[in-house]
Amino acid sequence: MSRFEPATVNLEFDKRVDDALQDQELRANFRGAMDFLMGKRAAMFPDKEDLEALRSQGEAIRNRCLNQLPELLEQFEQRCTENGIQVHWAETSQEANAIILEIMHKHDATRMVKGKSMASEEIGLNHFLADHGVECLETDMGEYIVQLADETPSHIIMPAIHKNKQQIARLFNQKIDGVEYSEDVDRLIGIGRDVLRQKFFEAEVGLSGVNFAVAETGTLCLVENEGNGRMTTTIPPVHIALCGIEKVVESLRDIPPLLRLLTRSATGQAITTYFNMISGPRKPDEKDGPQEVHVVLLDNGRSRIYADKQLQETLRCIRCGACMNHCPVYTRIGGHAYGTTYPGPIGQVVSPQIWGLHTAGAITKACSLNGACGEACPVKIPLADLIRRLRYESNNNEPTPVPAPRGQGSLRKRSEAVTWKLWALLSRKPGLYKLALLLATRLRALTPKHIGPWTRYRSAPKPAARSLHELAAQRSQSNASSQEHGRHE
Amino acid sequence: MQRAYPEKPEQVYFFGTCLIDLFYPEAGMAGIQLLEREGVKVVYPQQQSCCGQPAYNSGYDNEARKVAAAQIACLGEERPVVVPSASCADMFRHHYPDLFADTPLHKQALDLAARTYELTEFLVHVCKIRLVDHGPAATVAIHNSCSAQRGTKTAQDAISLLRQMSNVAIVLQERASECCGFGGTFAVKAPDISNAMVQDKCDNLLATGANDLVSGDCGCLMNISGALEKRKDKLPAQHIASFIWERTQ
Ligand code: SF4
Repeated sequence: MSRFEPATVNLEFDKRVDDALQDQELRANFRGAMDFLMGKRAAMFPDKEDLEALRSQGEAIRNRCLNQLPELLEQFEQRCTENGIQVHWAETSQEANAIILEIMHKHDATRMVKGKSMASEEIGLNHFLADHGVECLETDMGEYIVQLADETPSHIIMPAIHKNKQQIARLFNQKIDGVEYSEDVDRLIGIGRDVLRQKFFEAEVGLSGVNFAVAETGTLCLVENEGNGRMTTTIPPVHIALCGIEKVVESLRDIPPLLRLLTRSATGQAITTYFNMISGPRKPDEKDGPQEVHVVLLDNGRSRIYADKQLQETLRCIRCGACMNHCPVYTRIGGHAYGTTYPGPIGQVVSPQIWGLHTAGAITKACSLNGACGEACPVKIPLADLIRRLRYESNNNEPTPVPAPRGQGSLRKRSEAVTWKLWALLSRKPGLYKLALLLATRLRALTPKHIGPWTRYRSAPKPAARSLHELAAQRSQSNASSQEHGRHE
Repeated sequence: MQRAYPEKPEQVYFFGTCLIDLFYPEAGMAGIQLLEREGVKVVYPQQQSCCGQPAYNSGYDNEARKVAAAQIACLGEERPVVVPSASCADMFRHHYPDLFADTPLHKQALDLAARTYELTEFLVHVCKIRLVDHGPAATVAIHNSCSAQRGTKTAQDAISLLRQMSNVAIVLQERASECCGFGGTFAVKAPDISNAMVQDKCDNLLATGANDLVSGDCGCLMNISGALEKRKDKLPAQHIASFIWERTQ
């Protein structure tokens, strides 16, 4: 998949899943990587109670910030402006792309270096800029690999996690001039670094994402391991930060607990190598830093999510990726199978809300509601409950008081709806239900051997000779009569 | 946080679950007999059917609500409700209150939630059961459902019951806490993913060399043993209530 095409998400989902499940190398890559990441996270949280306390704290901080989101955004804009950061508001991805292009044009810029930003993937920035004659280069090693392979990220934290080192060695050998095949990881990283270093000096604009935007001080916080984020935001003369509106926190005091949760949940690190706090462009007496800093605040469906009290929980997310690492489905199909920028459990929740259920709602079926994601989530997002809610909204064709996710009711299938109606009738009329039990048990010899997809991989379950309803009734009768006997003797 | 448990009551409701009703009634009977042996009288309402979870998980809330209301109606008196499935118990405990939020039945849903217990949980914490194992030596693998682990949080109770069985050695499979791939309608709506999950589960269970598989949830059992049977692998699977009842008479 070289480009994120929302229109294909629902349509090609089954096929993507199929392809992924067939690809044994891909499956081994994911299984290995997810086991590694789960192990690293677990080692960071040896004490269950401490972890629970920290998660509750994380949840409370995010909730407090979301509760006052409109005010905090206003405050953030004001502080940024005071700091000399130019603030732009983008309601849609088109608007965000246009704003960024305009800044490029203003500076006659044609070269951009990028730090890791999932929001930029969300809006399809690279392809948009390429279509307008701007060369974007990803500088995060994983993103760089993915870009070199003309793919999209398969994980929100580790974009190239679907590749093993042999595949990366081959890619570098094929795509970078004069590079020999080598499986030495340090060497591979060294090669990437050399290429990128030159680009940092040539680019007129650096674009980054934002992990936390602090309203109190107008500070942009950026968490990273490779130093490319710092280079992206300090070397080019112009820095643009792309920031989802939900990323705002109230004050600097909110950062340490969230950061602790983020790095430990994401990569099992106590702290990342770099933590950047950007509070404005270069001041007259400063030696480095960009001359201009812009922040583009991206809505792209987030205020609609915000309007629904339950769905609002989606916005607590700090994009750590732990939910995908712990997801038994993601582990088996990998990130590309979802077909959306955001894969895994949080992707199943956020993508159908951003792009609409009619576009991306089908991916919610790839969930057994096992709850491993919600258990790992550092801010306690009940992901399974939200997936279930979106399934409901996909089927629901009755109007609701709050603005529902776009595409409400668009996946409703008549045959399915009728089946559930019949099921409900049967299950709430004891007479009918018991009749059905009687038929199923007495005619058990006629139980079909093939029942849809179930028996593709499993034998068919066979009804018992007597249902529990019958056995329990017999037992209470015989209990009653033996009591009778007891009384007579 | 540990749940506060009541004194052993004189009577309980038994909610058998639709899967046990039709496919594993012996597990339901074993549950009833275990409770009665502990001196608790079991009331089995004949009006019960299904907790509504299949529709709820598929996003058919209105249909689920209608069926759920019928269960609330037949479990109305103030006595504990014992459920031989963590998944259905969790539906009562945690999802009914959501399902009936802002409806006239909300209070009753909360009341039912508060007095619902998963079977092994009830045997361990309320009955304080003591088991005497008369069975032959056996090596047993246990699969705890996702609901037992993360919903009712009663996975430890099933294990502690097995620990009381002196001739039973418990073996732990790799990735014991991972979902078996059942997920109700998930197994039918995403059959290939579900299959990939259950095949791994089967491999891990067989690798333990166990003679028996037990679980507190018949959904998982139906999935795992169905897949094992299709593969022609032999690992007899039983509900934990049947397993315990057979060995302690
Ligand atoms: S939903 Fe939770 S676990 Fe998943 S990425 Fe967001 S914060 Fe991390």
